[in-house]
Amino acid sequence: MGVTRLLLTGNEAVVYGAIDAGCRFYAGYPITPSSEIMHLMAKELPRIGGVFIQAEDELAAINMVVGASWAGAKAMTATSGPGLSLMQEGLGYAVMTETPLVLVDVMRAGPATGQATKPAQGDVMPARWGRHGDQYIPVIAPATPQEAYDYTIWAFNIAEELRTPVIVLTDEFIGHGREVVFRRTDIELIERRKPKSRDEPPFGSDDPRIAPPMPVLGEGFYVMVTGSTHKPMGYRDVHSFETHYKLVIRLKEKIWGNMNKLFKYEVYGEPDRAEKAIVCFGSVYRSALEAWRKVNKDTVLIRLNTLWPLDYDLLKKLLANVSRVVVPELNLGQIIYDVMASVDADVEVRGVNKVGGGIPIYPSEIIEALKR
Amino acid sequence: MVKHPSLNYMREEVLPTAFCPGCYNGIVMNALFEAFRELNIMDLRKFVFVSGIGCSSWIPSPYIKADSLHTLHGRAIAVATGVKTYNPDLEVIVIGGDGDIASIGGNHLIHAARRNMDLIVVMINNQVYGMTRGQAAPTTPHGMRTPTTPYGNPEYPLDIVSILVNTNANYVARWCVSNYIQLKNTFKEVLSSINRGLRFIEVYAPCVTYVVRREGKSPGQKLRELMTKCIPYKKYMELEPAVREKYVPVGVFKAEDKPGFVETYRNYARKAMER
Repeated sequence: MGVTRLLLTGNEAVVYGAIDAGCRFYAGYPITPSSEIMHLMAKELPRIGGVFIQAEDELAAINMVVGASWAGAKAMTATSGPGLSLMQEGLGYAVMTETPLVLVDVMRAGPATGQATKPAQGDVMPARWGRHGDQYIPVIAPATPQEAYDYTIWAFNIAEELRTPVIVLTDEFIGHGREVVFRRTDIELIERRKPKSRDEPPFGSDDPRIAPPMPVLGEGFYVMVTGSTHKPMGYRDVHSFETHYKLVIRLKEKIWGNMNKLFKYEVYGEPDRAEKAIVCFGSVYRSALEAWRKVNKDTVLIRLNTLWPLDYDLLKKLLANVSRVVVPELNLGQIIYDVMASVDADVEVRGVNKVGGGIPIYPSEIIEALKR
Repeated sequence: MVKHPSLNYMREEVLPTAFCPGCYNGIVMNALFEAFRELNIMDLRKFVFVSGIGCSSWIPSPYIKADSLHTLHGRAIAVATGVKTYNPDLEVIVIGGDGDIASIGGNHLIHAARRNMDLIVVMINNQVYGMTRGQAAPTTPHGMRTPTTPYGNPEYPLDIVSILVNTNANYVARWCVSNYIQLKNTFKEVLSSINRGLRFIEVYAPCVTYVVRREGKSPGQKLRELMTKCIPYKKYMELEPAVREKYVPVGVFKAEDKPGFVETYRNYARKAMER
């Protein structure tokens, strides 16, 4: 059981996490502040028999990843806000075709080009809801370079097990922050399941929580992959209610029905006794933790490690006794709506919102919001 | 009962096709299947067909009995690039229309040509967006009336062949759907050298519903017209420029044998491993 101690940025940690998870295909397009992921992939992948392609744009990148995944690869891409916008249609295709892939979004300040070198957390809603139609993609949010490594591995495991795209949301703080990262060799990996024969449906399963087996191209499965509504064997059916409804319900249940596998959170303090709460995710968690250490007598800190699917029932339970919730976010308020949906109307929900210029949310600002 | 030999390559359970009566897609399919048969390729298990959105994108999905990826509008070449580069043993063929490959997916085509990506790309140019009811495409002739150019197309068409000739792509050909034998022979030629860079074939095949019938012609009449309209490139160049627009130059415009992306990348990776 080997552990290597390395000094890595979050972006570099993503690459080693991906490689240790078995990723052997990367296609991407340069974009700040995610480019170091691409640089290191370009260096490492050709050495270990992997494929690296610099795509002509983000539309190509995500679709190359889809193609490689069907050819049998564990494949990923990384980008930042504007690139995420361009990849949304491809992500929707990956949802519909149940294509495993990992997308790392190193968030920067938007909208549009915004501030390319400055951190933000504005892509929560785009990551959850950015695509048209009814679709659900797991979204996980590391807070440190070590977690960037661990969560990238976790993302590949989710992708392979549930045959789904997975979004890892980091930000410029995490991507460019350099810390000690432990690289492990004893990683438990989940591999996709192949059909036993050509008769086993590649797009249907009796239990919606279990992903159907995935054929590999070129092995005689004669699989029909389509982004149009399709029956379990892959035949298009773009007319009937039953086929469409059954498909989208199964795709939804595959994600939301696996809440216990997908939803991770951390609680500091005692939810039963606390009068106040802090709810946070990603890099802001570190400021929030420091704030909580100073005011922990009457406050509970809840960190959402998974942003989608979200266990609203659990959040309701954790917040059942508090009268005030502070939600610090490096945006103008996105997960605050999850908190509002999880508390009674008389509970005061306060956002601490700041974005731009690379200025973090300071612990003192969170403490002030708790007291005010 | 004797079966039509092309049925060997088709999913019979989904027939008849959804194509309009007289649609030239059938001729293109038959030429491709006959090329397979003459090359003695009876089983397509090592072939992967990738298509986007549009009538001609339906040729492989669902009609061809092989692995097929029916992708987003315009993205077939990108998906095919992912498939081919990760598993170069697969023979990857993209089939699509002019809207899919030259308009919304035009960037991917140009960059696949730049990379000399080891793919066969068949672009069936029907001059309009047939699936969505005949709107103007980048290949629609100047002055042609369509639902989006009701007063006659104010724009000029794009000649993809002349663009690709000036790229790193190895092979560029154009045939009209009336040049059945030449088209079949071109398919045979590219299938025999499938792992050697980008092989692009444009098939000029006007949409029978939204171009041919609007001209008041039957698909058969139009085919006969194409027989005189489609002339070898050399003959075309000898014409006065003013009369050229009445004709479609056909032939093999470029046939080179430079290494494709797969080989180039393999050498690149070897260098990386030595470091």
